[in-house]
Amino acid sequence: MQKMAKKYYAFFTLPTMIAFVIAFLIPFILGIYLSFTKFTTVTNSQWVGLSNYIHAFTDDKNFLNAIIFTAKFALVSVVLINIFAFTLALLLTRTIKGTNIFRTVFFMPNLIGGIVLGYIWQLIINGILINFGVDITYSATYGFWGLVVLMNWQMVGYMMIIYIAGIQGISSELIEAAEIDGANSWQILKSITIPLVMPAVTICTFLTVTNSFKLFDQNLALTAGAPARSSSMIALDIFNTFYGSMGYEGVGQAKAVMFFLVVASIVLLQLRYSRSKETEI
Amino acid sequence: MKTKNRLRDNISIIFLLILALLFLAPILIVLMNSFKGRFFISDSPFALPNADTFVGLKNYTSGIAKTGFIQAFGYSLFITVFSVAAIVLFTSMTAWCITRVKSKVSTIIYYLLVASMIVPFQMVMFTMSKMANIMHLDNPVGIILIYLGFGAGLSVFIFSGFIKNIPHEIEEAATIDGCNPIQLFFLIVFPILKPISITVAILNAMWIWNDYLLPYLVIGSNYRTIPIAVQYLQGGYGSRDMGAMMAMLVLAIIPIVIFYLTLQKHIIKGVVAGAVKG
Repeated sequence: MQKMAKKYYAFFTLPTMIAFVIAFLIPFILGIYLSFTKFTTVTNSQWVGLSNYIHAFTDDKNFLNAIIFTAKFALVSVVLINIFAFTLALLLTRTIKGTNIFRTVFFMPNLIGGIVLGYIWQLIINGILINFGVDITYSATYGFWGLVVLMNWQMVGYMMIIYIAGIQGISSELIEAAEIDGANSWQILKSITIPLVMPAVTICTFLTVTNSFKLFDQNLALTAGAPARSSSMIALDIFNTFYGSMGYEGVGQAKAVMFFLVVASIVLLQLRYSRSKETEI
Repeated sequence: MKTKNRLRDNISIIFLLILALLFLAPILIVLMNSFKGRFFISDSPFALPNADTFVGLKNYTSGIAKTGFIQAFGYSLFITVFSVAAIVLFTSMTAWCITRVKSKVSTIIYYLLVASMIVPFQMVMFTMSKMANIMHLDNPVGIILIYLGFGAGLSVFIFSGFIKNIPHEIEEAATIDGCNPIQLFFLIVFPILKPISITVAILNAMWIWNDYLLPYLVIGSNYRTIPIAVQYLQGGYGSRDMGAMMAMLVLAIIPIVIFYLTLQKHIIKGVVAGAVKG
């Protein structure tokens, strides 16, 4: 079988690998190289060393602001989304009527694309803010909380499903035993449910963090970074650096490489963390 | 004890009902505003349409005309269907091959593909769109190859995980019966992969259907998909037609809702399986 299949190796792997090399691998390697050069198209690059990386921080405060904005956003989102999703999962794993309909409703926003989500919430938030004579582009604070609300609306249903799976994985004997021993529902929640859904908490936390860091469409549609670029997150800032002004492509690419390193570290951290947890069990 | 529980359940249900309404409200508000005249939307989005503000389907007709929505729907459908088909077919082939043939090349392919999952799109967006341009992939057919390349990581990862747990015996028996690897894969293995193929198809369909930046950069100047058409309405500041915008939002949501309600179980299962993507 091994020998037989080897003759056909190219037939099975080449279509995927050709597409992968063209769409991803070459652009990726080229991207790393170009981050050390000055260029406007891919073919006219000039080596400038680390200068792009320095300019990313020294030319203006946009990138630094975007990093801070994104980190704050990720932090707030993680806390709120996990609390809401866990609460909903608790309510929906009880034996009450209509849980399936509720699940359907809460999950649905997750499937709507980021651009559409952004404009839906722009209408709602501006509709509220107009009573105070402003709109969402008035200050970055409005943009920030607008994005938090939007992100919660989109992600809570998704995380809820992960938590429901976690809660349903807890054996009912364990809970019955605790009830017989006279534990009240708060004690059961604190000493059985929460410790046993910790793996789900880990998954949801890292998912929210990486999704928050990569957020682009929603940011573009809701505020487009306004006012000025103060509500830009990292991904939008990189986009604007590339396509906003000529001559900044190298700086944009350098920002993109740093962005990649940040996201990759978060993912690797998650892998190490969940592996160490697995070996403990 | 019983009555206490029932009271608690009733409170939960009322709480959930309110929350469900809040969850649906944004969509219902957009739907309502899509029937109001364009100048009556921004100022009072929460007011119901009345005799003065109701315009029937005018927003829909003007929005469809302005954005070329019918064409956009066609492009979105074409790109999504064929990209997903290509991804399911080719990545399952690759995953089966590299899982069954143990070699250095297989290991390298696997780790290259898996590693690509953690790279954010902004890292490659500029070079990839230039590359697509140079290689004449900047059209609705060429973009399928790009989606195959980008979708390969997650899809091969999911397929490989599933294939590792299929017992070898079935394939060995078929080989003894005289199957060559191509027959073996398409007659025996591919049918076994059906449940996981559905998961992979749904995950990629949701991604490609809603994707904005990749098609915008690669084909956006000549071909508008639905997200590009919606963003296109934004235009310059102040000149935006809110009526058309509302109508387009509704039209963009309808296919997703239909898709979701028909395939709900598969979708929830599939989307959550993608949680590993990180």
